[in-house]
Amino acid sequence: MRPPDDTSTAAAAPSRPAPAPSSRPPQSDPPSAVSAFDLERLDIVAVGHVDHGKSTVIGRLMADTGSLPDGKLDAVRAMCATNARPFEYAFLLDALKNEQAQGITIDTARCFFNTANRHYIIHDAPGHVEFLKNMITGASRAQAALLVIDAHEGVKENSKRHGYILSMLGIRQISVLVNKMDLLGWDEASYAAIVEEYADFLGRLGVHPQSFIPVSARDGDNIVERALSAPWYDGPTVLEQVEDFQRLDDDLERPFRMPLQDVYKFTAAGDERRIFVGTVETGRVRPGDDVVFLPSGKRSTVSTIEALSGPRPDEAFAGQATGLTLETQVYAKPGELMVRADEAGPLMATRLRANVFWMNSAPLVRGRRYVLRLGAARVPVELESVLSVLDEQELESVTGAGQVERHDVAEIVLRAIRPVAFDPADVLEPTSRFVIVHGWDTAGCGIVLEGLPDATDDTGAERRFAGGDVSPEERATRYGHAGRAVVFVGESDEAAGLAAAALERRLFDRGVHSYCLRVAALGDDKDVLGREAHLRRLGEIAWAMTDAGVVLVAALGDVDRFDLAELRALAAPHEVYVIGSGDAGDLDADLELPASLAADAAAERALDALAAAGVVPVAPG
Amino acid sequence: VNQLDTLEAKSVHILREAYRSLGNVCMLWSIGKDSTVLLHLARKAFFGHVPIPLVHIDTAYKMPEMIEYRDRLALEWHLNLVVGQNRTALEEKATFPDGNVDRIACCRNLKTLALKHTLSGEWTRQRMDHTLGRLVDDEDHTPYTGVIVGVRADEEGSRSKERYFSPRDVENDWNVDDQPPELWRYFKTDFEPGTHVRVHPLLDWTELNVWEYIERESIPVTSLYFDDGTGTRCRSLGCWPCTSPVQSTATNVPEIIEELRTGKFSNIAERSGRAQDKDDGGGLESLRRGGYM
Repeated sequence: MRPPDDTSTAAAAPSRPAPAPSSRPPQSDPPSAVSAFDLERLDIVAVGHVDHGKSTVIGRLMADTGSLPDGKLDAVRAMCATNARPFEYAFLLDALKNEQAQGITIDTARCFFNTANRHYIIHDAPGHVEFLKNMITGASRAQAALLVIDAHEGVKENSKRHGYILSMLGIRQISVLVNKMDLLGWDEASYAAIVEEYADFLGRLGVHPQSFIPVSARDGDNIVERALSAPWYDGPTVLEQVEDFQRLDDDLERPFRMPLQDVYKFTAAGDERRIFVGTVETGRVRPGDDVVFLPSGKRSTVSTIEALSGPRPDEAFAGQATGLTLETQVYAKPGELMVRADEAGPLMATRLRANVFWMNSAPLVRGRRYVLRLGAARVPVELESVLSVLDEQELESVTGAGQVERHDVAEIVLRAIRPVAFDPADVLEPTSRFVIVHGWDTAGCGIVLEGLPDATDDTGAERRFAGGDVSPEERATRYGHAGRAVVFVGESDEAAGLAAAALERRLFDRGVHSYCLRVAALGDDKDVLGREAHLRRLGEIAWAMTDAGVVLVAALGDVDRFDLAELRALAAPHEVYVIGSGDAGDLDADLELPASLAADAAAERALDALAAAGVVPVAPG
Repeated sequence: VNQLDTLEAKSVHILREAYRSLGNVCMLWSIGKDSTVLLHLARKAFFGHVPIPLVHIDTAYKMPEMIEYRDRLALEWHLNLVVGQNRTALEEKATFPDGNVDRIACCRNLKTLALKHTLSGEWTRQRMDHTLGRLVDDEDHTPYTGVIVGVRADEEGSRSKERYFSPRDVENDWNVDDQPPELWRYFKTDFEPGTHVRVHPLLDWTELNVWEYIERESIPVTSLYFDDGTGTRCRSLGCWPCTSPVQSTATNVPEIIEELRTGKFSNIAERSGRAQDKDDGGGLESLRRGGYM
C-alpha cells in the first residue's frame, strides 16, 4: 500500500459546489520500467445504485492517478461548457453519445489504469435495474468489487440486490464506498449507521466486506488522497484498497476440471493428432495421469500436452486454454467434463438444487424446455419446482411461487433429461456455475448447490397413445415372432445405415415382419432441444411399430448410453436390441461387432445373433 | 500467472468457441499489429492450423509493404486468405484521394461497404491459390455468418462497451443499449438464423500488451511500425492518404515497448494519426454504427 500523499493533499479542491477538475497534478506513481510480463492484471467491478456516484468514483480514480490522456479531460470540460452543464467526472466515462443524453450508465464499460504494482481494468457496471444483466456481465469478469452507496440516500433496494448478486457470482473481495460524505458534513455517526445497516445485511448473505470507506468522489476525498474532513477515519483510501485486493489463484491446488470444449483432428500436412481442447478451470494435469470423461465415464491416460511450437509443456494448469492427446482412442464428445481419476470426482445428477438469477422478460416456468449450459455441456432441462424467491427488501425467502420473474433471485430445482457432471458451489465454485438459455437468449445464471436423487416417478414419456384389443402374444403367435426394435449404433451414421438396410432384407426374406426406418442424424449438441425432440419421435415410432408386432431396424450414428436409455424407456414395455460397432464399449450393447465389418457381413452376424437370442425364427432347415 | 498468459488463454478460448459454435465464420486481417496477433493466437488455438478464412479488405490505398507482407505470411503459414474490394467505387473514383468525397464517405465506400458485401458474398472475392502463389477469383459466394475482429476496448469509447460475442442485425446495426449478458465463460453462441455475429477476442488487451506479446512470441510485423530513418513511424496502420506517422525513433519492437512504458504516448490517442476519426466528431461512433470495425 502507498502512504497517503500529504504534500499534494494541501492542494486539494475547495469544497462543493465547485469541484476542481484536475487543477492538481496527476498523483500517479512514476511510469514503471517493469514489464507487463511480470505484472499481473486485476479486474475490478464498480457497482452501485443509479446516481450514487459510481462513475464519478472511477472518473476520479483515473484522473487522480494520471491515467487519462491530458486531452480527454479538456475535451470533456469543453463539451460541458458548450452544453452549459457543470463538469462531472462521470462524463469521462460516458463515451457514447446516447449514454450522455440519458445520463446513466447503460452498459458495462472497461476502464484501464495502471499503478507501479499492477495493471487494472475497472468494469463500470450500470446501476439502473433495467440494466442488471449488464451489471452482471461486468461483475462476472471481476475478482473484486467496489460497491458504491450514497451516504445521503442510504442503502437502497438495488444496493441490497447488488450485494446479493456479487455474492452469488462468487466475488469474495468487496469494498463498500459510502459516497457523498460531504453532503452529510462528514458526520461520523451518520456514516457509522450506514455501515452498520449494510454490514448487517451483507453478513446475512455471508458477505464480509474487506472495508467500508467514507468518500466524496466529486471532491476526490479518500479516493487517492486522504479526506482532511474525516480525521476520525483511519482505514485505507480507495486506491490503497484497490492495491490491496488479491488475485485469487488458489484454483491451482484444487482437483483438475476441464470442460471438453472441442476435439480437433486437423489432417492438413499429415497431422495425425487427435487433440482434446478446453480451458482448465481448476487443478493441473500431466502426461501419464489417468483421466475420466463425465458423464460418459470413458477413461484414458494423458499422453502429451500440445503446443504450437517449442518443447511440449509438462503440465497444464488452471486458467490455461490447453489441448492434450490421449494414449488410447476414446470418443469422448465435446461437452463432457474431464477430470483426473486419482482425485475427488465431481457429482452427477439429473435433479439439481440451484440458486438462479433470472434476466429474461419471459419468466422461468414449469413445462417448458430450456438448455442448461454447465461447463461445456448443453443439456435440456425443465424447472421442477421453485423452492423460494428472495425478497431483497426484507431478505426473506418467499415460498410458494410457481415461477421465477425477471430480476428475481430464487432457489429452484431443475430436472435434466440426462445426468449432468458438476461440483456443488461450496466445494468447487467454477464447475458449479451455469447459465440457462431460453430461445436464443442467455436468460438466467446461477450456481448448483447440490444434486438430488433421481425422481421416482416416470420421467420418460407420458404415453400419448395406446393399442387396441389384440394382445402382443396373439400377434407373436400369428407372425411367428414378437415385435422388437433393433438398433445399430456406431460412430458412422452411414455404415450403421447400410447394415440396417442389409438386415431388413435378410429378415424380410426369412418371412419376418420387418421394417427399416431411415433416421436422419440426431445432430450434435449445438441444438440439444432439436436433438432431444428427434430422439423422442424415434422412441415413439419404435414403441408403435414394436407394439404392432414388427421387427423395426434402425441405425443411429452418434449416440451415447443416455440416449439409448431414453430410447429404451420410450419403447417400453417392448425391448430394444442394440448392436454396437467399433468403440461401443460403454453402450452396453447386446451384440458388438468390429467396426471394420462390411454391411452384409454385419447383417449376417446380426441375423445369427437375433436368431440365437430367440428374437426371430431360426432359418428353416 | 502474468497477464499475457491470462490474456492469451482467454483469447484462445474465445477463438475455439467461435470456431465450434458459429457456422461459417471468418477472421478479419487488416495486416495491422492487432489482427496479426489475433492470427498468431489462432495458430496457437488450433496448433499450427488456421481453419478459419482470413478476410482482408483491400482499399487499394494500403501501403505496398502491407500487401507484400500479407501475401508472404499467407503463403508461409498456409492461410486461407480471402480479399475483398469495392471495385465500383474505385472505378468511379468515389474516393477521398480522388477529391470526390470526404474522408468519412471514403471509409464507408472502401472499407465498410466492401466489408459488408465481401462478407455477404455478393461481391466477388479473391482467394490465395497456394499452388499458383497468387490471388485468384473465388468461386465460392457463401456468406460468412460470423466475423472475428481484433478490436480492443482501450482504443476508444465505443469499443470499451463491446461484448466478446456481439450480434449485429442484417443492416450490421449494433444495438448498444440492449446487449446480451455475458457470464463467466458462457458467451452468447445461440443466434437466430440471419444474425450476423462479431467476435472480439482481444477486447481486454492494451496497446502495450499487444507489443509485449509480439516481442515474447516473435510475431512478424511490417516495417511500417518502425522508424525508417526519418524519425517517424506508424503507430496505427491505415490507408496512406489518411494515415500520418508519429514522431519516434523506435526501430524495433523493444524500443516501441519502451516508448509505451515510459509514457511517451500517454497523452496521444493511439489512432491520432487516423484522420477519419477526427472527421467523425472525435470518435468512431457513427462509422462503427454503420458497420466499421
